[in-house]
Amino acid sequence: MKNIVRAAALGGAVALALAACGSAPEESGSTGGSDNASSDFKACMVSDAGGFEDKSFNQSGAEGLDRAGDELGVQVVKVESSAETDFAPNVDQLVAQDCNLIIGVGFLLADALTDAASANPDIEFALVDSAFNEDSDNAKPLLFNTQEAAYLAGYVAAGTSTTGTVATFGGISIPSVTIFMDGFADGVAKYNEDNGADVQVLGWDKEAQTGSFTGDFDDQTKGQNLAKGFIDQGADVIMPVAGPVGLGAAAAAKEAGNVSIVGVDADWYETSPDYSDIILTSVMKEIGQAVYDTVSEAADGSFSSDPYVGTLENEGIGIAPFHDFDSTVPDEVKTAVGDLQAQIISGDLVVESPSQN
Amino acid sequence: MNAAPDVPAKDAQDERLEPRLQGALREMLTSNWLVTVAALLLALIVSGVLIAAADEDVHTTASYLFARPTDFLSAVWNSVWHAYVALFQGAIVDPTASTFAKAVRPLTETMTWSVPLILAGLGLAVGFRAGLFNIGAQGQIILGAVFGGYIGFAFGLPPVLHLLLAIIAAALGGAIWAGIAGFLKARTGANEVIVTIMLNNIAVYLVAYLLTTTAFKREGSNNPQSPPIDSTAIYPRLLGDDFRLHAGFLLAIVATVFVWWLMDRSTLGFQFRAVGANPSAARTAGININRIYLLVMITSGALAGLAGSAQVLGTEKVLTAGVAASFGFDAITVALLGRSKPLGTFLAGLLFGALRAGGFAMQSRTGTPIDIVLVVQSLVVLFIAAPPLVRAVFRLPSPGRRQQISPTPAPVTKEAAA
Repeated sequence: MKNIVRAAALGGAVALALAACGSAPEESGSTGGSDNASSDFKACMVSDAGGFEDKSFNQSGAEGLDRAGDELGVQVVKVESSAETDFAPNVDQLVAQDCNLIIGVGFLLADALTDAASANPDIEFALVDSAFNEDSDNAKPLLFNTQEAAYLAGYVAAGTSTTGTVATFGGISIPSVTIFMDGFADGVAKYNEDNGADVQVLGWDKEAQTGSFTGDFDDQTKGQNLAKGFIDQGADVIMPVAGPVGLGAAAAAKEAGNVSIVGVDADWYETSPDYSDIILTSVMKEIGQAVYDTVSEAADGSFSSDPYVGTLENEGIGIAPFHDFDSTVPDEVKTAVGDLQAQIISGDLVVESPSQN
Repeated sequence: MNAAPDVPAKDAQDERLEPRLQGALREMLTSNWLVTVAALLLALIVSGVLIAAADEDVHTTASYLFARPTDFLSAVWNSVWHAYVALFQGAIVDPTASTFAKAVRPLTETMTWSVPLILAGLGLAVGFRAGLFNIGAQGQIILGAVFGGYIGFAFGLPPVLHLLLAIIAAALGGAIWAGIAGFLKARTGANEVIVTIMLNNIAVYLVAYLLTTTAFKREGSNNPQSPPIDSTAIYPRLLGDDFRLHAGFLLAIVATVFVWWLMDRSTLGFQFRAVGANPSAARTAGININRIYLLVMITSGALAGLAGSAQVLGTEKVLTAGVAASFGFDAITVALLGRSKPLGTFLAGLLFGALRAGGFAMQSRTGTPIDIVLVVQSLVVLFIAAPPLVRAVFRLPSPGRRQQISPTPAPVTKEAAA
């Protein structure tokens, strides 16, 4: 036993030593990788309690900021909050560090950012997924009419379902989640109305604003169990609005066979290759792009406090291609979705949600 | 009295779990202050290793360690030194700040963060000394925040009265929540550790539910957030509006003195300690231990509820699902580090407040993950829970040996050794 331990320790030491045998870089060009910032502009971001690796909106926001750092050469500072009580101190720290633009991710930061915006008129602020408590010249909300894209996804889901039952569930009942579910339910209702069908939606009642939630954005098992329950009730298309918890639902769908998933935030066909064969479509929300554009404007000096609203029209939101399901989705559904999209863009059709800002 | 018939059965159950828990508890409470300091030092050293290991520059320079070892060593030194400097500047005083107010602001932030930690820590300390391992401060803080917050935003009352009423409601909320555990312990012998942990979960979902109801939700918003607390129910700012430090800190000082008086000077406190030292002996001595269990939990919960009031009526000024952060769990660490003494808990609360406040500066200035602060806290407890380890590392004499040398005659030790 002792020998094994010794051998393992020796092996580890050798491996470490070999790994440490690389040659030193030239002194001149090695000022460090993070200093390639060519601009004095400092763009900063505060996450909400989910952290930047939540596979959801914090991560999308951080990716947009990182891209701005790489492509625009602005300096980037990101701070994570581990609880809601961290917001104000984190924003304070960024103010103290002379950030030019401070972006908060999530409605929970609205109070902290509104206070900071009125106290620091020379710093620009942006807030993802929520309006500020009071309008101000240096405060720009980044909003998304997610219900419009979810509406189209709901229509497609209803049009592809063979069992006549589709389902959706959320992580936590907050507006940025339920807005997806509202649009989805309305899209299904629209399909029923157009085709005299009676497709049922499990997991969300738009009228009552109640439905199924896993309670967090971490536990994939809960998503799996909830999805299994829906599948047992006959659902064959499921839209999980719960960040990584949705992958649990995808696992349940794959196990059941004949069940497809509507992804959220990004095109899951691309981001979750393990499940690409069961992804019907995805409701995409381009937070990263919105953040990138905001940083870019602010760095140019063309920052405005007008809200950014991601719509189908400006492609801030949208539905992903059908990929493997292209042949499964009936042509009349595809045409109808195209028409609906045109109507929404032209303003003839308004998809409403109480969660819309 | 009415609980008498089930006492034997309960004792048989408790005999396995209780002595072990209490033994561990006693071990932590009796470790001397040198061990506490040593544990803190050791925690900072181990965390330093982790900070270095997580640093990107250290990674790059490690790949050519043998070609130019100085790079690696200076990268390690830089990452650790800068992280701890930022921690200090974010927690005590920031000499690089442009104005005096900004320079001393960190210290006031430390004091602000320490308020809920001290109050909840005191609550837990009372429980620990009475032998009750109350893990439920988290839930009790939440309930305190819910009660205090509701009075704070739903009622329009004159200034001083409004605040007082909200504070009392917060204490009541915490006391009720802890009282449930105390009642179950006294009546049925239900283990308070399990009950309080479960009550934490219930409290988390309860506040999440309440924030979806119209009574608690902010008007015109679908977000789970209460209306802002009325200005009449907010703890006055001690140093003006530029600083977050509020009168809750004074409340924490008063509570510290009160707990000292309660535990060390009052008859009730003596009974608390007697039950903590030996429940069976206390019962034999005529103390109604079921009544004491209930009273201890109520006191403990009321103090945790006050911690909730400090959050909702002081620092955050709004009730959200995350208003309690992880204070309830950090408070366990605070109480243990303070060895459940009022002054010790107060100082430990300040220290942990400093770690919290400094953590933000550390993260934003040096990119060190804020989780490191949590690691430092956890390591402190880990080392305090294992005094022999700390003594071995720093070659401190063990208290057992010292006793053998001075008061006990030599032959006894020889016999014991043989």
